Amino acid sequence: MTSSNIRVSSTALSRRRAGWSTVLWVLPALTVYGIFVLYPLVETVDYSFYKWDGIGAATPAGFANYESVFTQSALYVSILNSFVLIVFFTVIPVGLGLVSAVLMRELKGRGVGTLIRTLLFLPEVIPLAGAAIAWTWMYSPNGVVNQVLRAVGLASDQHAWLGDFSTALPAVGIIGTWVVTGFCTVLLLVGIAKIDQSLFEAARLDGAGRWAEFRAITLPELRRELVVCITVTIIAALASFDVVYIATQGGPGYSTMVPGLEIYQLTFIKQQVGQASALAVVLVALVLVIIVPIQRFGRER
Amino acid sequence: MAETTAARTTRIVILTVLIVFTVLPLLSMITTALQKQGTFPSGLTIPTHPQWHNFVDAWNAADFLALLKSSTLIVVGVVPAAVIFSTLAGYGLAASRMPGRSLVYGLFILGLTLPAEALVAPLYYELQNMGLLNSRWALILPLLGLFMPFGVFWMRAAFQALPAEISEAAEIDGASSWQMFRRVQLPLVLPSLSSLTILFFLWTWNQFLLVIVLINNPADGNMAGALATFQGEHGTNVVLLCAGALIIMAPSLVIFFAFQRQFVRALLQGAIK
Repeated sequence: MTSSNIRVSSTALSRRRAGWSTVLWVLPALTVYGIFVLYPLVETVDYSFYKWDGIGAATPAGFANYESVFTQSALYVSILNSFVLIVFFTVIPVGLGLVSAVLMRELKGRGVGTLIRTLLFLPEVIPLAGAAIAWTWMYSPNGVVNQVLRAVGLASDQHAWLGDFSTALPAVGIIGTWVVTGFCTVLLLVGIAKIDQSLFEAARLDGAGRWAEFRAITLPELRRELVVCITVTIIAALASFDVVYIATQGGPGYSTMVPGLEIYQLTFIKQQVGQASALAVVLVALVLVIIVPIQRFGRER
Repeated sequence: MAETTAARTTRIVILTVLIVFTVLPLLSMITTALQKQGTFPSGLTIPTHPQWHNFVDAWNAADFLALLKSSTLIVVGVVPAAVIFSTLAGYGLAASRMPGRSLVYGLFILGLTLPAEALVAPLYYELQNMGLLNSRWALILPLLGLFMPFGVFWMRAAFQALPAEISEAAEIDGASSWQMFRRVQLPLVLPSLSSLTILFFLWTWNQFLLVIVLINNPADGNMAGALATFQGEHGTNVVLLCAGALIIMAPSLVIFFAFQRQFVRALLQGAIK
């Protein structure tokens, strides 16, 4: 009896200690996070209400910077472009990944060999700047893209894919497709391998066709993996600074300008820090508005 | 059920297309890097007289050893501290009964989707005021901060996945919370911890935006940033550019091939959680 009493009190004591010691456990992480993320974030919001060249005195600007984001074509074009990039970073890779994964599933377990998996992961591991350099060369007049098109008789001239207003943005987009498709495919393959095989067998006994099987089993069972692919790739599309900086610097004109690069140029080249900050706040909000509902959807079961 | 010929063909065709698409840009870089400097080869040209010394030239032009040293110093500054801070906070938040703990956790989660682009201007002025701009600290400290949301989220999930009985048993035995952490729980989350280490390493090594914004001298930056410098200096010499880009990317590739299983696992897990 006595000993159990002591036990209870010691548990209660450690419980209280565990309560307030949380502060100590969290302190190092919270310190670096607070100083180098939260504080700058608050500053960004603050800057966005001023007109400031980064050096002299700032003058209050009210919501003028935000108005410009939605009325000046140089600014809102960057947002529209990043929506186009979502097609190439998200829609195409997830679609391609899903089709490849489903077709490969039919072929008995095992998934893909280690070597193939490793190769498909290569673009995910090298720096995005490296991917951009490789593709800039692919797209150049002497590059592989033109070489292949000429070989199959689809083109006679040497097209500069990144230098042309009509092809530059899709060309940048395909770099994104290249980076994420392998990753999405392997992720979905792993997901498909986890699906209970008896579900497919039952469907087959019921006489379900492939399409019905895909809609009724594969798609719902892959929900978690799909949400992951979509989330990761949309964030990559909206924050695509690295690739655009190397491949086109936003050009020709503004045809491949994205918010991240525009923020950089406004801040450090055009010295419109307030304007850059307003665009930054809009970008943060945009990511949240798109990602939060997708995450919600993924969590429902 | 036996694999039919049609099914096997489909599989092979899909895989081949995917792999050709994946490998082609890198292959084009390799064949180009072996051509004669000063020539204008096509994207895919079999190097009849491979010019291996191009890699030596690129090594020197990129000042590769200085780059390697700088990248390594940055990784050493970021990764261990980031892993330790994330683990401590993850444990604290998983074990905590403190009022307001979910508020603290929510604060970290807020940063999960935050694009670093949104912070560059204030970070620049903040680091300038601290006198750290253009030093490696200007990368190390912000990266530590930027990694915390994912790190804390990741490690908290790892600790929460452990069965409650383990900590209850240790608590009854009178273990302090430090003992509980160090001797009981930490050994059980080592797999999550090693995946986190790999991810942090990769993100530090490949970080580009902050290097461009916060570092003036490429020798104080990392490999990814050096790619931009090299492209700026040798962009017109495509042979040297390809050789240089390959050399600069080589350490990532070597480490990836050496630890490919761990990398693939970390990237897949990192996505799923």
